[in-house]
Amino acid sequence: MTEQQRSEVRAALVAVFPTVAACIPFALILGQQATAKGLSPLEMLAMSSIVFAGSAQLLAVGLWTMPAPVPALALMALLINLRHTLMGASLQAKVAHFGRWRFVAAYVLTDESWALSERRALGAPLTRTFYFTVALSLFVCWQIASVTGTLIGAWLTHPETWGLDFAFPAIFIALALGFWKGARRTGPVLAASALTAVMVHTALPGAWYVIAGALAGIAAAVLTAPRSTTASLGAAS
Amino acid sequence: MTIDPVNLAAILAMGALTYLTRILGFLIADRLPRSGPVRIGLDALPPAVLVSVIAPAVLSGPIEAAAALVTLLLALRLPLVVVVFAGVALVAALRATFG
Repeated sequence: MTEQQRSEVRAALVAVFPTVAACIPFALILGQQATAKGLSPLEMLAMSSIVFAGSAQLLAVGLWTMPAPVPALALMALLINLRHTLMGASLQAKVAHFGRWRFVAAYVLTDESWALSERRALGAPLTRTFYFTVALSLFVCWQIASVTGTLIGAWLTHPETWGLDFAFPAIFIALALGFWKGARRTGPVLAASALTAVMVHTALPGAWYVIAGALAGIAAAVLTAPRSTTASLGAAS
Repeated sequence: MTIDPVNLAAILAMGALTYLTRILGFLIADRLPRSGPVRIGLDALPPAVLVSVIAPAVLSGPIEAAAALVTLLLALRLPLVVVVFAGVALVAALRATFG
């Protein structure tokens, strides 16, 4: 390892440390909830290493039944993770020099590694060493903590007494705030999604309420977008 | 310590579609619209999904709805980990008192 690579590793570890610390309680809760749904530690490890997407996994475990609703879970993962396509598109210019390593880079792309890499790219060229140090730190931490959560979870037989079933809603409420762009733009999206989700949830079994709610929110965003903005920007593109 | 075949199928399907969303961005970066209805829809996707997921749970009872409101207000100021602990503790306390 050259001196330059060593300093890239150091910079990446400093940058990723707070995020690694924040993902541990997430992953522990994920593992605990997975155990409550009857998933084994090995299945947790398979999901964490094959899917490796925090919010999609948290959601999937919330929706999990036996036998697993495969089409609904797959469609949900697709919808939730579509945001990665936008992140990948914005990162493409900075990782173009990775060459074939981009196909590996994509496998470990997360909200966090994207955000840290974009921030790094503001001040310095994004190196492969920096990117993979950040992404793999998160990957390893996620595997260890989510499996540990399943082992701890076996001891917690009545999680609702401790309010642990409210951990997901609390996490998602806090995360949703990050997407707030004002009542005019985000208000209709949230209202349409919440109403549709609640109605479909009472009418249909399974995970379809997530998909119906998401589609209603998208429709609301497109329909309530300022017409002038849509037209002028649309013409410019 | 086993893997159920249906569970494995679900995990593989989720993994394949998730990888698709990740590699797609690198491959279509130059063709994605920077504005217009498609872009507006894509921008609205994350909050729409998050709210759809939690709405039935949050509106399932008065304790959950009250705790969600408090969580929302706390999240405006406090870091995520603190907010989650506070929300969970509040639900546990309310259930112990009224449940």
